[in-house]
Amino acid sequence: MAEKRVENLDEVTIRFAGDSGDGMQLTGTQFTNTTAILGNDLSTLPDYPAEIRAPAGTLFGVSGFQIHFGSTEINTPGDQCDVLVAMNAAALKVNLGSLIDGGTIIVNTDGFNEKNLRLSGYSQSPLHDGSLDKYRMHEVDISKLTALALQDLNISSKLVDRSKNFFALGMMYWIYNRPLETTIEWIKSKFKDKPDILEANLRVLKAGWNFGETTEIFSVRYEVGPAKLAPGRYRNITGNQALAWGLMAAAKKAKLDLFLGSYPITPASDVLHELSFYKSYGVKTFQAEDEIAGICSALGASFGGALGVTTTSGPGVALKSEAIGLAVMVELPLIICNIQRGGPSTGLPTKTEQADLLQAVYGRNGEAPVPVIAAATPSDCFDAAFEAARIALKYMTPVMLLSDGYLGNGSEPWLIPDFNKLPDMSPEFRTNPEGFFPYSRDEATLARPWAIPGTPGLEHRIGGLEKEHITGNVSYDPENHEKMVHLRAEKIERIADDIPLATVEGDPDGDLLVVGWGGTYGAIKSAVARQRQKGHPVSHLHLRYLNPMPKNLGEILYKFKRVLVPEINLGQLIKILRSKYLVPAIGFNRVRGLPFKSIEIEKEIEEILKGKK
Amino acid sequence: MSTLVDEILRSTIVTEAAKYSSKDFQSDQDVRWCPGCGDYSILAQTQRVMPDLGIPRHKMVFVSGIGCSSRFPYYMNTYGFHGIHGRATVIASGLKMARPDLSVWVVTGDGDGMSIGGNHFIHLLRRNLDINVLLFNNQIYGLTKGQYSPTSEVGKITKSTPYGSLDYPFNPASLALGSSATFVARSLDRDPKQMQSIIKRAAEHKGTSFVEIYQNCNVFNDGAFFQFTEKETKDDSVVFLEHGKPLVFGKEKDKGIRLNGFSPEAVSLKDGKYSVSDLLVHNEKDTTLSFILADMTYKPHLPRPVGIFLAIDRPVYEQEMERQISFAKEKRGEGDMTRLLSSGDTWVVQ
Repeated sequence: MAEKRVENLDEVTIRFAGDSGDGMQLTGTQFTNTTAILGNDLSTLPDYPAEIRAPAGTLFGVSGFQIHFGSTEINTPGDQCDVLVAMNAAALKVNLGSLIDGGTIIVNTDGFNEKNLRLSGYSQSPLHDGSLDKYRMHEVDISKLTALALQDLNISSKLVDRSKNFFALGMMYWIYNRPLETTIEWIKSKFKDKPDILEANLRVLKAGWNFGETTEIFSVRYEVGPAKLAPGRYRNITGNQALAWGLMAAAKKAKLDLFLGSYPITPASDVLHELSFYKSYGVKTFQAEDEIAGICSALGASFGGALGVTTTSGPGVALKSEAIGLAVMVELPLIICNIQRGGPSTGLPTKTEQADLLQAVYGRNGEAPVPVIAAATPSDCFDAAFEAARIALKYMTPVMLLSDGYLGNGSEPWLIPDFNKLPDMSPEFRTNPEGFFPYSRDEATLARPWAIPGTPGLEHRIGGLEKEHITGNVSYDPENHEKMVHLRAEKIERIADDIPLATVEGDPDGDLLVVGWGGTYGAIKSAVARQRQKGHPVSHLHLRYLNPMPKNLGEILYKFKRVLVPEINLGQLIKILRSKYLVPAIGFNRVRGLPFKSIEIEKEIEEILKGKK
Repeated sequence: MSTLVDEILRSTIVTEAAKYSSKDFQSDQDVRWCPGCGDYSILAQTQRVMPDLGIPRHKMVFVSGIGCSSRFPYYMNTYGFHGIHGRATVIASGLKMARPDLSVWVVTGDGDGMSIGGNHFIHLLRRNLDINVLLFNNQIYGLTKGQYSPTSEVGKITKSTPYGSLDYPFNPASLALGSSATFVARSLDRDPKQMQSIIKRAAEHKGTSFVEIYQNCNVFNDGAFFQFTEKETKDDSVVFLEHGKPLVFGKEKDKGIRLNGFSPEAVSLKDGKYSVSDLLVHNEKDTTLSFILADMTYKPHLPRPVGIFLAIDRPVYEQEMERQISFAKEKRGEGDMTRLLSSGDTWVVQ
């Protein structure tokens, strides 16, 4: 056997695609974990249908998982993939458009039978009609090889078929020179009670690896060295997991119990699942009968002295709006997490979007200001959740925390923070009955006292009716109402004194500033970095605080000739920026349910710089 | 690890049980219900019962939604939360889960509890949190000035139903039983003694206790329950349910309820055909019987049952929640964030 050639790569993007029952998400996740442990920087994009098990072989049943990894800094899951692993004809058809010209295709030939071809609308097999000539093709009968590896085991053909994703995984591990150990350990622990499945998966994984090693199909192996990340201990983490852990960390640092009232909704349910597991941390999770019950139970828990949280996606926020208003009125800490998805209405449940910003900032009856914070990357969900809790507790206010489907399901390596070094944020419960009034206010923060039931002498009543300043009694007095409206607004405005100033990546002034928020961080950062390498005077500013905004934002905006605001909506941040700062910003808006490709932002930057826009 | 809440509760423990009178439960707020409203009686009976419960005032929370009844918490000198329409039950649920040490009460009405809050109502009952629900049923929307409610009789002429309402009314007791409630009772605003005893029983019940209170709205639905509350008619129109006792009613105690198959029927004890020993004997532990009794409610030829339909034990939600947490802590050890953050697959970059 000839010695196989090894090529070094700085970065590569691989997309695994198959039927939604083919285990592509699992394959991608395993490949990701192994890659993370090797020290590559990475970013992932799961892309799956809303249907749980769409009919096999159909175009709408295709599930994909893309991973972009490298020895360099990786900010996005990759605009296009270099390698496409297609388990059937539908997977090839749906994903071919995202493969770069000259890219590599690895197909499971068994997934291209007559039925597969018909279901995916191919009149003849694309494998042999010359249509794929511009790609490097590797045809492997994964199904058959999987069956052969398992032929002496007495297991059902269904089980055999279900193992084939491990063959693909083993093969990809060989091609990209990754060890099998992480996945072997995972299989052993996951299937410890199902010895036949355990054995089957292990065998197939190794068979896939050996297939790469022994056959002549793959003549080249690739080496992707570790990235130069800051020193420390890392783990791979998804946005939803990071968000859950951020909330838990905040509750511990506040010395409060965490209470989650939630109703299942894609793509936020994973936060509920994650938190439900950590009962030994004192976390109480309540799967409520609906979205409204989710938030109201959380608010009730906050009244009792817990850190109340509710998690949802856009349609759920719509249902919770009245209760958010109540939280504004009763001035209790509460965190509302919106893992945004495509809207309006049911929209695109499994796809990402940023179209709930105006809902977050303004979407309530009455003058009901709410601080709004957005996470920028999957691991940043931890810090954003922690910060949301800090503000909620310090200012006695509901806080809206925005993530999205891309951040929630996507993952990246995370430098694990030192929990002991995270700041303490325990609130001061009022205990002294002397001079107690439920709506007296802290001079600096304007927060009212948190007096929990069970404290003798502090019996008081709160509620949604307008409160009299200081006493908290119901009041219909016109002057009092106006005063309270202003006080509630000012309390939120004052948070601007307590958050970091906005910073610019790149020069502090110049021709163009690209302003983004939330999950577009990686795509904008990459686009701006490449433009700067080409010598173009572009900078990037990414907003974590959407309400209130950093105090120096206006000043920064005025230092640039043009301002570009890319958003996955029809222009929501730009509306706020225009109205607050009167800047003639330019929007760049796509709403396809997908994250931005950095190349499209780059093109937009170039056109603006050339004066075409 | 103990939380700040634990610390506060430890540091403020009142060792001596306070001696309260009903006055101690009156807040400094002016009561603003219409003169003559049945709510006054319910407030008074509640304030009268509270001192007997042996619960410190600062451990009590009254939670309400929206409507006339929902102003109740403002008038109680306890902790209170006047919520949003229909959601008192869930605000109370979250509070009780976070703080099982508190005595939590929900005050709601037929609009708040049966209409906009109907979903939360049924789920609270099936979960069986230890919360006491007082539903003031006046069969009308009072605060919005007189539209028909989910308990209004068919054909009700109101501002929103000038040709009469078409909806068949809920029977709150049956709805509660159908939601697997563990304590279901009915009371009358004009029968203070009976109401006090029922409120007391509701407070003592472990699990969700549901008390429907017939309450007269003298402005928009005056006299809706007069048949059951006024001297001339009440004895012949109401049968009081007492555990272990036969269902006897009538001014002369001369009538009773017997079961004919599964159907209750009113019989005379005077004509020699039936005696007390033929009558249905109430058993508040019998779920099947509770359905039969609650179903008497809108039957014109039967007296209206009042009292405790059902009082049974079932695991209490928040206690089960605490049990799971203790179990998890026992099995996995007290949660340690530092350990969690570094758990699973990690790697070190030098």
